[in-house]
This record gives sequence, C-alpha cells and structure tokens, in this order.
Amino acid sequence: MTQIFAYIPFSNGVAEDVAMEFPTAAAKIDKGASLTAVLTGSGADLDKVANDMTGLYAEVIKINHNDLAYPNAEVVRKALVNVIPAGSIVLAPHNTFGMDLAPGLSVKMNASYAADIVDFAGVEGTVLKASRQELGGAVSTHVAIDIASGAVITIRPGSFAPVEGKTASGAVVDKSANAGDLSAKRKFLEVVQAEVGDVDITKADVLVSIGRGIEEQENIEIAEELAKAMKTVVSCSRPIVDAKWLEKGRQVGTSGKTVKPKVYMAMGISGSFQHLGGLKGNPFIVAVNKNPKAPIFQVADVGIVANIIEFMPELTSAINDL
Amino acid sequence: MEILVCVKRVPDTAENEFELNGAGNDLDRDDLVYSVNEWDNYAVEEAIQIVDKVGGNVTVITVGDSESEEVLRREMAMGANNGILLSDDAFEGSDGKGIAAILKAEIEKGKYDLILTGAQADEGAGQVGGMLAAMLDLPYASLVNKIEVGEGKIKVGREIEGGNQEMNEISLPCVLSIQTGINEPRYVGIRGIRKVAGVEIPVKSASDLGIAADSIGKAGAKTKRIDYFVPDLGAGAEMLEGSTDEIIAKLIEKLKAKGGL
Ligand SMILES: Cc1cc2nc3c(=O)[nH]c(=O)nc-3n(C[C@H](O)[C@H](O)[C@H](O)COP(=O)(O)OP(=O)(O)OC[C@H]3O[C@@H](n4cnc5c(N)ncnc54)[C@H](O)[C@@H]3O)c2cc1C
Ligand SMILES: Cc1cc2nc3c(=O)[nH]c(=O)nc-3n(C[C@H](O)[C@H](O)[C@H](O)COP(=O)(O)OP(=O)(O)OC[C@H]3O[C@@H](n4cnc5c(N)ncnc54)[C@H](O)[C@@H]3O)c2cc1C
Repeated sequence: MTQIFAYIPFSNGVAEDVAMEFPTAAAKIDKGASLTAVLTGSGADLDKVANDMTGLYAEVIKINHNDLAYPNAEVVRKALVNVIPAGSIVLAPHNTFGMDLAPGLSVKMNASYAADIVDFAGVEGTVLKASRQELGGAVSTHVAIDIASGAVITIRPGSFAPVEGKTASGAVVDKSANAGDLSAKRKFLEVVQAEVGDVDITKADVLVSIGRGIEEQENIEIAEELAKAMKTVVSCSRPIVDAKWLEKGRQVGTSGKTVKPKVYMAMGISGSFQHLGGLKGNPFIVAVNKNPKAPIFQVADVGIVANIIEFMPELTSAINDL
Repeated sequence: MEILVCVKRVPDTAENEFELNGAGNDLDRDDLVYSVNEWDNYAVEEAIQIVDKVGGNVTVITVGDSESEEVLRREMAMGANNGILLSDDAFEGSDGKGIAAILKAEIEKGKYDLILTGAQADEGAGQVGGMLAAMLDLPYASLVNKIEVGEGKIKVGREIEGGNQEMNEISLPCVLSIQTGINEPRYVGIRGIRKVAGVEIPVKSASDLGIAADSIGKAGAKTKRIDYFVPDLGAGAEMLEGSTDEIIAKLIEKLKAKGGL
C-alpha cells in the first residue's frame, strides 16, 4: 500500500491552508493510500495544530524539539529523514519553505523528486502521473514519477480543492524520540518584517498593475496617469520592484502584498502563479498583453491584445473625456 | 574566496511565444530565443561583488550542449574569471538529480568556498541547488536576497512569504540559491562579449568526470517529462476585439458595471 506523509506548515498555532488541500492531492495519487500528517515544532502551538489536524487526517505525527521551534529547513529535513519510513511519498507545499526543504530531502531519502505539481492522475505500477507548468505558466507538461523507492513532491498551494469540515478522527502519535541528531550548520537568527511603503495597495478597490511589459522606467508615468484617471494607485509585479522602479510595498504576489480589489487591471503581466497568489477575493481582472497566448488570459475576465504603451494613454484620455 | 556559480541556458520567456510542435509532444524549438536564466545573472553579479570585496575568483559552470558555451561567455563578460562546460550525449534527458550529480562530480575536483545557483529556472522547479547541497553534505539556504560575508561563515537573508526576510547564519562552504532583486546585475554589451570570445572554456565529458552513464541522462532519470499539453481551464477571458476605439468603449462599459469607474 502506498504510504503518503504530508508535512503541515503552521505559524502562530494555525496550519496553513495547504493542510486542507493535501488530503485531496493524496486521494488523487491513490485513493487507497494511507495518509499521515507530520508536524514539527515545539510547545503549545505544535500541540494545538496537531490536535486540529486529527479532524483531517487519520494519523498525525508530531515531532517536538526546541531546535524545531522555528521551521529551519536544514533541521526539519534531518528530523523527517529519521521519522518517515523509506519508500514513502512525502508531500510539502511549493512555497518558500517547501523549496528550502524538499529537494535536499529527496536526496537524503533516496527518493524521486517532483516540484510544483498542480494535478495528479494516479499510480500505475510504480509510476505516478502528474501535471505541472513550465516557463512561468506558458506551457503545461505531464510528468511520470518513479515511486518505487519513494518520492518527495511539492504541490502548488491553491491547486487542490480544500476538504471541508471534520472528515477524520485521527490520533496524535509523538515521534519526538525518533528525531535523532538535529545539529545543523545553518542557524536561524530572526525574521525582518517587510518595509511598509508610501502607498497602501491593499486597501484599493481598483488597481492599475504593471509588469515587465512596461518596458522602461519612464513609461511608468503612463500607468500613473491611467491610475489617476481611475482615481487609484499603481501596483506591480516583481520584476518592476527588482529593477527598483517602484518600491517593494507596491508588489502584488506571494512575496509581496496580498490585495483584494474589485477590479484589477493587469498591464503587461504574464500571470505567473506567484503573482496571482497575491490576488484574492475574486476580482474582475482586465488583462492587456501583446502576446495572445499569455497565461494571464486564462484567468482574466476580459482580455485585450495590445501594446500597453499605446493602449493605456488611449484608455486614459477616453476615461478623462467621460 | 573561490565562488562557483551554476548557470542554465533557457528559452527567454520575454522574447518567445511558446507553441507546441506538430506532434504536440515538445515545444516548437526551431525559432526560440535563448538566454541565461534570469536568476543566474543575479547569482553571478553577487559573486562578482563578493570577490571585489574580499578577493578570490568566480567560476561559472553549466551542464548543456555546445550552444551553452554562449551563456558562459556572457557571464564571463560580466566579470566571471573562468568557465566550465559539462557536456556529453550521456547527459541528455537528465532530471534535476542527474544535473546535480553531474555538477557534484566536477565540484569535488575543485575547492570552492561558496556555490551559488539561481532560485529557479525555466522549469520552475527550484531543485538543483538543494539537491547539490544534500549530495555534497553542505549546508543550504534557498531564495537568498542578502549576503554578508564573515570569517568562516556568512549571514544570509532568505526571502519568505509576504516579502519578509529570514536571517540565518550559515557556515562555509555552503550552497545558496539566489533570488532576483538581491542586486542589480550589470549590463553586458556586445563589446564585453567580444573581449572574452577567445578565452578557452574547458569541456568535460562523463568519462572526464568519472560518472557512470547509467546513473545520469535518460536512463537515470526518475522523473520524466511525458509530453506537453494545453490544459482545459474553462472559458478563459472574453477577448475584446475591433478597433481601439471600439475596444475602449466596450471596456469602459464593463469597468462601469464592475465598479472600476
Ligand atoms: C519564490 C518566488 C516568489 C515570487 N514572488 C513574486 C511576487 O510576489 N509577485 C510577482 O509578480 N512575481 C513573483 N515572482 C516572480 C514570478 O515567478 C514571475 O517571474 C513574475 O511574476 C513575472 O512578472 P511579469 O509578468 O511582469 O513579467 P513577464 O513574465 O516577463 O511578463 C511580461 C508580460 O508582458 C507582456 N508584454 C511585454 N511587452 C508588452 C507591451 N509593450 N505591451 C503589452 N504587453 C507586453 C509579455 O507578453 C509578457 O506576457 C516570484 C518568484 C519566485 C521564485
Ligand atoms: C530535451 C529535454 C529533455 C528533458 N528531459 C527531462 C526528463 O526526462 N526529466 C526531467 O526531470 N527533466 C528533463 N529535462 C529537464 C532538465 O534536465 C533540467 O535542466 C533539470 O531538470 C534542471 O533544470 P530546472 O529548470 O529544473 O532547474 P532549477 O532547479 O529550477 O534551477 C535552479 C538553478 O539550478 C542551476 N541549474 C539548473 N540546471 C542547470 C544546468 N543544466 N547547468 C548548470 N546549472 C543548472 C542554475 O543555477 C539554476 O538557476 C529535460 C530538458 C530538456 C531540454
């Protein structure tokens, strides 16, 4: 029987949403598989989340240790290698923690590795078929994962439907004694909070958001003018912040701000999942992109194939003429 | 400090419209424009800045075919001192672990204090750096957006959710994957590339590296790409068509209805 272990990330005593998505993913891998939640941490927070998980998972393993109080992937990896049986399938989220933990874990467990999976099509023999994206979402691929000696797989948060309500009545098993040597050559120091910017994009009902399609710093003015006509502010994708054209507080996405506008104007943004991950509340998305195949058109409500440098000024003057 | 930076030649997402080939099993690669993986330019820039401060050398390395030499030259034009091309028919079809194993074999022949990779490449896996570290038994940190060099150890910032920064102390030697935005990679012009055009770049094969051919390449791959496909994602956007004036008139009506104006 396939044994699946899901690593549950949590902070401040609350499991991340992906905890509700793993059971759906596991059932798509193999309906008959056993599914176990694994949590690492220390103290009351760990106990609380482990208890919460018994409603979703038939078995919950907790590993309690002072060195696991902050999820330092180098330490967590050591504990998991000692606790999870060889040959298992391990699921983790494809986020900044999973990216830190999982590739090395697959090496240490001598297991196959597959990253950022968005769907599974089940196991045949020892091969698990799955789907993922490449090239920033421009293309999708099927991959075959050999699970004969186990696999470590990260799943894209938000890609599997969350299980609703209490579906299991599991028990917590304490495996702290099995964690083994947790010494590591990387020491966690502190978390530095992101700077608060000059403009709060999280409160805006409408956002004019620009991506790499803006092409040059001077062109940002064009977007500012459209934003002014729409009585709002400019937000952006990551490359605009990396280039230091706008400050970090304007960035929408998993490593930027989470916004909940009613209307989102995606101007020259391709639509990567890290960008869309910051867009919540099901806004009305208008995408303008010169590439008719841009992935953003798959998620937008309205799409326009155009050069934003020419299109935005036209739209601005039409709005100003209303 | 001896720094090795792993770089990958990838199709440029900004320059290409991706289409499947006639058979639907691969991209139509005929007219694709390739460049250096965006993340790797930040890694090379960071390496150069560290060496400028504390001395040492920057070596760039790639696993690829003969065309991959051009990305090494580009990074050498930025200021990397040496380039190494790992190339062999036997490497073709390697999965992430295969690539990491090939890199490991060469790394063990040298002596590096710091090994940098990009946080991810075109396939969005972000796998090679973490695998390499585990194979070499070195400490690892991913998504690094700050490096402060100290004695025998360094302080690194990792970018985590929400743009917060997780500070860590990590001992050398180590492997780091570099996130965009850590610096502003310098511009390389045609002249810069011409300057390094004559520099010898050693090419190493599987037998040079002493790796068994069945552990890498297609034979060794435990994760295999089967095909490319176009996902069925429902309706997608309603595409507005017509003259610019017509499009704008339609758009304004919709924006009014949705509270955008
Ligand atoms: C761990 C991690 C976290 C990340 N976090 C974030 C995040 O929080 N936010 C974020 O945005 N990204 C994030 N990224 C980066 C993300 O993967 C993408 O690289 C990024 O979102 C791409 O931005 P873009 O769409 O502006 O650029 P591109 O993908 O380069 O797209 C530019 C688009 O503009 C179009 N275009 C070009 N010129 C024009 C023109 N003149 N007119 C019209 N269209 C034009 C092109 O066709 C293309 O579709 C993260 C990456 C990682 C690895
Ligand atoms: C024709 C073809 C067939 C393929 N078949 C398969 C297959 O069957 N199974 C499979 O899993 N993969 C396959 N691949 C993918 C290929 O092996 C990838 O290069 C590998 O999986 C690592 O790339 P990545 O994008 O996942 O790297 P990531 O881990 O996302 O890249 C992170 C960093 O690792 C370093 N890095 C990545 N690749 C290299 C490299 N080649 N040289 C030096 N440094 C590097 C860079 O620093 C990069 O920034 C195929 C590719 C091609 C073109």
